[in-house]
Amino acid sequence: LQTHSLSLSLQAKMSRPVQARRLEGTDKNIWVEFVKLAATYSKVNLGQGFPDFPPPDFLKESFVRALSGENHMLHQYTRAFGHPPLVKILAQFFGKLLGRDLDPMTNVMVTVGAYQALFCCFQALVDEGDEVIIIEPFFDCYEPMVKMASGTPVFVPLRLKAPKDGKLISSADWQLDPAELASKFSERTKAIVLNSPNNPLGKVFSREELELIADLCVKHDVLCISDEVYEWLVYDGKEHIRIASLRGMWDRTVIIGSAGKTFSATGWKVGWTVGPNRLLQHLRTVHQNSVYHCATVAQEAVAQGFQRELELYGKPDSYFVQLPKELQQKRDWLVQSLDAVGMKPIIPEGTYFLVADISKFKSDVPDVPDSDEPYDSRFAKWMVKNKGLAAIPLSAFYSGAHKNNYNHFIRFCFAKEEATLKAANDILQKWKQEKTRP
Amino acid sequence: EFTKVAADPSIVNLGQGLPDISPPSYVKEELAKAAAVDRLNQYTRGFGHPSLVKALSQVYERVCGRKIDPLTDILVTVGAYGSLFSTIQALIEEGDEVIIIEPFYDCYEPMVKMAGAKPVFIPLRYKNDGNSASSADWVLDPAELANKFNSKTKAIILNTPHNPMGKVFTREELQVIADLCIKHDTLCISDEVYEWLVYKGNKHVKIATLPGMWERTITIGSAGKTYSVTGWKLGWSIGPQNLIKHLQVVHQNTLYTCPTPLQEALAQALWIDYKRMDDPDCYFYSLSRELESKRDRMAQLLQEAGLKPVIPDGGYFMIVDVSTLNVDLSDVGEKQPYDYKFVKWMIRSKKLSAIPLSAFCGPETKRQFEKYIRFCFIKKDSTLDAAEAILKNWNKQTA
Repeated sequence: LQTHSLSLSLQAKMSRPVQARRLEGTDKNIWVEFVKLAATYSKVNLGQGFPDFPPPDFLKESFVRALSGENHMLHQYTRAFGHPPLVKILAQFFGKLLGRDLDPMTNVMVTVGAYQALFCCFQALVDEGDEVIIIEPFFDCYEPMVKMASGTPVFVPLRLKAPKDGKLISSADWQLDPAELASKFSERTKAIVLNSPNNPLGKVFSREELELIADLCVKHDVLCISDEVYEWLVYDGKEHIRIASLRGMWDRTVIIGSAGKTFSATGWKVGWTVGPNRLLQHLRTVHQNSVYHCATVAQEAVAQGFQRELELYGKPDSYFVQLPKELQQKRDWLVQSLDAVGMKPIIPEGTYFLVADISKFKSDVPDVPDSDEPYDSRFAKWMVKNKGLAAIPLSAFYSGAHKNNYNHFIRFCFAKEEATLKAANDILQKWKQEKTRP
Repeated sequence: EFTKVAADPSIVNLGQGLPDISPPSYVKEELAKAAAVDRLNQYTRGFGHPSLVKALSQVYERVCGRKIDPLTDILVTVGAYGSLFSTIQALIEEGDEVIIIEPFYDCYEPMVKMAGAKPVFIPLRYKNDGNSASSADWVLDPAELANKFNSKTKAIILNTPHNPMGKVFTREELQVIADLCIKHDTLCISDEVYEWLVYKGNKHVKIATLPGMWERTITIGSAGKTYSVTGWKLGWSIGPQNLIKHLQVVHQNTLYTCPTPLQEALAQALWIDYKRMDDPDCYFYSLSRELESKRDRMAQLLQEAGLKPVIPDGGYFMIVDVSTLNVDLSDVGEKQPYDYKFVKWMIRSKKLSAIPLSAFCGPETKRQFEKYIRFCFIKKDSTLDAAEAILKNWNKQTA
């Protein structure tokens, strides 16, 4: 009889899925598929967001100095919440930018890329029953991370307010509707995720737009997770404004930054959070129970990079001045290339991404009615396989229910060498010629 | 709490598991080479840099005697710590019980709790077998272990070679665990970070190689422990695709990818040692030999000072029975286990640090282990010399 009851409970156990329920709805990931496609087919990869030029020499030199120096202890564990030289310089640097005295030990925490910073925020601050407002289009990991924390994502779209005829659309033309945004706040709203400059559109939220969000956060006592990884990549003299510097916001905001984007070294996976201790203490708890320490050598090198930038702040030699200048030029080349062939670019105010309307090329990829897959995704896959040009469909950055709202746009990354952008231009030109050939 | 001690240079730090020996030079060179390649400073494949998962699959195919698919059977994580986290988040949830063997590496308990599950503890017990004090004297009681398994038991966490004890579970001991796992359809999370550090007369056996175990085991490894580069924070999980795929989902939703140059350098270092796995100079074996002599030296020093070390069969930690010294700490006000008080007293008065063993125990077992402290011996000669000086003077001062 005992054996029989054991085998019944065993059967029950074996019929349950082996994985935890927190993974539900989080297993799909666009990057796994598109990165593989780019690796297999692309001749010119403007898809995944990483530079194809190297990090600056001063940073590479710092890295080599750190790993080969007399102090071989840089190959061992450092302080779990952030290598002391790095948190000290980050506290100094961001304290200066925010006009605030920051304590490196309690107001700064280093993470494995901004990605892990986001993870710590959601795990630490979001609970079952909490709602988290996400502005569409959004960096795709926000949604599964909210779900994994048992929260409920609530989406609010940026809506295109088309400019006067003939003008190219700018990312500034994509705006939140204030009444619509206000309607998304409820007593269950725990946090809003802000990403400015915004990936994928390149939108740089204006002071007025940030104040709108800030007022609602204060009114409803909501936290703000502010993903500012592209903070240095703003063009045309625009200013990146930190929402944490607005009234009532420091105490309820976690700012997220990235060495990968700041110093063109995405493969180093060094990120950070800056915020009040009352929030960071909970991030530290998550961090110490998930990753604990971050790799030491890269932290040492990034610290030296920031030291240099602190000394050169605002000067023409500063990497934070040079990089946006170079990228603005690249942006303009790509805008030109796309416009010339009839793909309508949305001029980004920031980031190294650009979204373009591919409606004029729809004839190449016939619509499949009732298809599960959004049109732009099928288009992007066809394009990489047949033209060797990799880009990411905009629907990747929308929630499931809204993936078909803007399904004729694709996102290009222009943090690429001039030769790469020229090669992209060649592909586009050839493609256009093929279309116009009788 | 105890890692802050590491910052004080006047204290001989044998506490935290931090090597102060240099990693082998070729390991550092490979990192310099990797950093010079532009592409290697940007994102790589999320679940593991291709050349690294290939190298890992080769090394472990050889060790395990079975085919391991680099893309589906391996996940690279931020240290073995990250592998433990990914495994537990992927496979453990509310309503589950997870068996943890005491003493245990202290993160197992909070990670299990964070996943909403219940830790179920079972202690290693000293079998009264004469005078020898070896890690092999500490065993699980098979009947007691069997009692811990029930229909809610989702997994058991195994750590061999064991931190802090240094125990290397024998094939027979692993078979007892395996039989229960199969009988109750339980998973096994096997933390094998010290797999190369086994001393003469001992063999590291992978529980995943026992019949019926591959399909239910996640085996965790660590670059930090393999190459004395704890600050690289690279680890890996190896197992069947149907389990690893869930770890990969956790990984893609937590940090997505691990640093590229470090992974490339590790891959190259693994190739170098893979090619000489038949050669005694292979670092996997030479490090172990180097540590064995440090182990023996440490044990001797401790014995001469009147302490009673438990000689580890593996790993780079040694636990020591300090009750033989009869240091009276009853006047110390705080209500803490004896070993905590002892370590604090030892740091203050002897300038030598260790970790109290009750830090590695669940609430019920702290009393059982409170006369033990843990020393780390992966230290350069000058550190051990400094420890020797303190230990030789010990009795002179307490007399």
